[in-house]
Amino acid sequence: MSTAHAEHEHHGAPSGLLRWVFTTNHKDIGTLYLWFSFAMLLIGGSFAMVIRLELLQPGMQWVDPNFFNSMTTMHGLIMVFGAIMPAFVGLANWLVPMMIGAPDMALPRMNNWSFWILPFAGTMLLSTMFMEGGGPNFGWTFYAPLSTTFAPASTDFFIFAVHMLGFSSIMGSINIIATIMNMRAPGMTLMKMPLFVWTWLITAFLLIAVMPVLAGAVTMMLTDRNFGTSFFNAAGGGDPVLFQHVFWFFGHPEVYIMILPAFGIVSQIIPTFSRKKLFGYSSMVYATSSIAFLSFIVWAHHMFTVGMPVAGELFFMYATVLIAVPTGVKVFNWVATMWQGSLSFELPMKWALAFVILFTIGGFSGLMLGIAPVDFQYHDTYFVVAHFHYVLVTGALFSIIAAVYYWLPKWTGHMYSESLGNWHFWLSVIFVNITFFPQHFLGLAGMPRRVPDYNAAFADFNFMSSIGAFGFGLAQLLFLALIIKCIKGGEKATDEVWEGAEGLEWTIPSPAPYHTFAEAPEVK
Amino acid sequence: MSLRKLKQIAVTLFSSVLVMASNHAWADKVLNLREGVTQVSRDAYSMHMIVLWICVAIGIVVFGAMIYSMFAHRKSKGAVAASFHESHKVEVLWTVIPFIILIALAIPATKNLLALEDASNADITVKVTGYQWKWNYEYMDGDAEGVSFFSVLDKASNEARALNSGIDVTKVDNYLLDVDKPLVIPTGKKVRFLITSNDVIHAWWVPDFGFKKDAIPGYINESWARVDEPGTYRGQCTELCGKDHGFMPVVVIAKEEGEYKKWAAAKKAEASAAAAEAASDKTWSKDELMARGANVYGSSCAACHQANGEGTGPFPALKGSAIAVGPAAGHIDVVVNGSKTNPLMAAYGAQLNDLDLAAVITFERNSWGNEASIVQPKDVKAAR
Repeated sequence: MSTAHAEHEHHGAPSGLLRWVFTTNHKDIGTLYLWFSFAMLLIGGSFAMVIRLELLQPGMQWVDPNFFNSMTTMHGLIMVFGAIMPAFVGLANWLVPMMIGAPDMALPRMNNWSFWILPFAGTMLLSTMFMEGGGPNFGWTFYAPLSTTFAPASTDFFIFAVHMLGFSSIMGSINIIATIMNMRAPGMTLMKMPLFVWTWLITAFLLIAVMPVLAGAVTMMLTDRNFGTSFFNAAGGGDPVLFQHVFWFFGHPEVYIMILPAFGIVSQIIPTFSRKKLFGYSSMVYATSSIAFLSFIVWAHHMFTVGMPVAGELFFMYATVLIAVPTGVKVFNWVATMWQGSLSFELPMKWALAFVILFTIGGFSGLMLGIAPVDFQYHDTYFVVAHFHYVLVTGALFSIIAAVYYWLPKWTGHMYSESLGNWHFWLSVIFVNITFFPQHFLGLAGMPRRVPDYNAAFADFNFMSSIGAFGFGLAQLLFLALIIKCIKGGEKATDEVWEGAEGLEWTIPSPAPYHTFAEAPEVK
Repeated sequence: MSLRKLKQIAVTLFSSVLVMASNHAWADKVLNLREGVTQVSRDAYSMHMIVLWICVAIGIVVFGAMIYSMFAHRKSKGAVAASFHESHKVEVLWTVIPFIILIALAIPATKNLLALEDASNADITVKVTGYQWKWNYEYMDGDAEGVSFFSVLDKASNEARALNSGIDVTKVDNYLLDVDKPLVIPTGKKVRFLITSNDVIHAWWVPDFGFKKDAIPGYINESWARVDEPGTYRGQCTELCGKDHGFMPVVVIAKEEGEYKKWAAAKKAEASAAAAEAASDKTWSKDELMARGANVYGSSCAACHQANGEGTGPFPALKGSAIAVGPAAGHIDVVVNGSKTNPLMAAYGAQLNDLDLAAVITFERNSWGNEASIVQPKDVKAAR
């Protein structure tokens, strides 16, 4: 190969702002996704601070109940659609091509578009807060008729934003599936793919299956609100419970969309720092597939109290607790991987272990919630809030943070600051538990969720929870500082970065060049 | 501050939680699910404890193994990684054992669920209707047949919960858990609740009874309770239903049969007296209407339009509003039939009698600087 040709092949990134607008490079787009989701994490987090500030003490001190409701709504929407989901897509963009030995994503121009829809959708969603009548105030689950007949005018903008977010997710998923199915390096058979790639492949199918269902739900809302239909209006012959069935048919697989890639990340990290192969690779793949399948037949466990026929309640209870089996298999496999390994506790491993323990606690409360006759007590209390924050914050979010620590040296070419990272880890782990563990007790004692005020009997644990939340929120600023510091400089990272790391992404230089695997590697 | 100090802080915090937990009387109240007063709630409690202990046991095994290898298999201690992976035997084992545990759980859970959902052969039926933001109770049969009333957040809590009210809410009795008129049921009887809603979805929950049930417009859900201990049982709405979701408690008083009968008789007499008063042709003075209207406004209107009549957010001000100082007919129409342009304004014709409607409309037309005509019950009657 002539020198000129080689230079042409390996040109660097174009400079200037327009690089980011027109980029079709999977690494650039991955970076955009990750920064976008971090910005959303801080915005959604600041809404959580408002919620916890009002709940710091009994009595109404800071915001009126209507604004409180829009805070809980926007916090949920921004965190789910703005922070967690785009972060996983960003990781997929960076890592999937590098892990399967592909030069880029299969559909690079569409990749650009799927990202650039997001800032507009996010901005539109946030702008509803400044509209007359206030922003959406019906919870992130937006049950009809509260979200149709009784909702503020800004709801139509919320509907449009959800449509756009859905487009973005569907395009992103098509791209990921096309990349994984068509662009693997020679020798990279499906059953040799890293688990992160496997879990994202399954997640992408889930997304394609359920995002159109969500689009259907919000479209019915739109016509109910503006064109005189009565899909969800009992007075017009419609059915408010239909909304919940449609929403949760999307919503439950959505929960797994936010956790399957997390399983993949942790399955990459634990073997590395145990210096031992993942115990049960194939059973991990099968367990992930079973969880994905089961996720489609358990949706009504979110609705045990709507008055379903008892046979329906029994079916959904049995199917729900069944998920504990493949989920258990995953946790057991991680523990067996660690067993008799040679463990070291660099920051990615610390976060991954925190994930395993705390996510499992969230899994336990999930099992409890699945038992229908007791769910009639837990339902819509703070016990549920504690449960889904254990699986989404200490589950999904912790796995994303673990992934950032794990691959940051590969992305930037520098090691992160160990001491700053340790501060970030320990403060986060301590404060997140102070925030969410007491919420179990609040729920069991009878405090409903989504209330702006409470009886003095709930005061101590709410105070604790709020203090924890402020601490956890502030600790994330350390993460921001650490990332910026790491991008600017630091100890030079080796190509392999971690002693026990396996996979194609560790065979390329650190930082990863703008173009990688222009020629496909051979996988044995 | 070093990492060691951080760890010390963590230990201190954790142990303070344990100390709080070991304060038994307090722990009973706030740390765990309550046993409640019905068979359903006691079954839920024991099921809860069974699942909790199973989770704790699994947790000890799994976390134990993890923590053991975190200490025993450290690279810094010279641990060398073994090379084993993949074992069908082990995978089958840890698939089958959890499956068996789940079946063992499903059997009592099924039994409890069937009992919880069996509302047949009830002695008394009460219809519970959710409104934004109050409950309506209507006795369908028995001694109190025909009795129907609204149950709203009590006055003390309602005043204290205003933004920056300046009232110390810890000194308000049963803050946010008390109502003006509680539901009364007899002890030892199977009471069936028919639960529905007039506007958005609410959920009716008394933790001591062991269930909650959604109140859904267009649906009538049923549930039941047999309470043996006389007493006052408190709960809250548990489905987000709009602005004042946090301010519509449920209070149920269980009374011995004799006491219940007395209460029912008094309630019936009270209802017929009120109906007669509202239906009389009497022409009321402005002062009488204003005094009565102030009370009705406080319980039915102030949540949205605010005590100062200035409204909040999507809820318009009445002070100086075109409707409140315009012709009486327009004002009566909005209050009785609801607003045609703003679905947040409910039709109060179904909730209040002619006298209360006349009083509250008069009050709105002559408060906060508004000066307009007074309205008599017969005007409302004619407009219906």
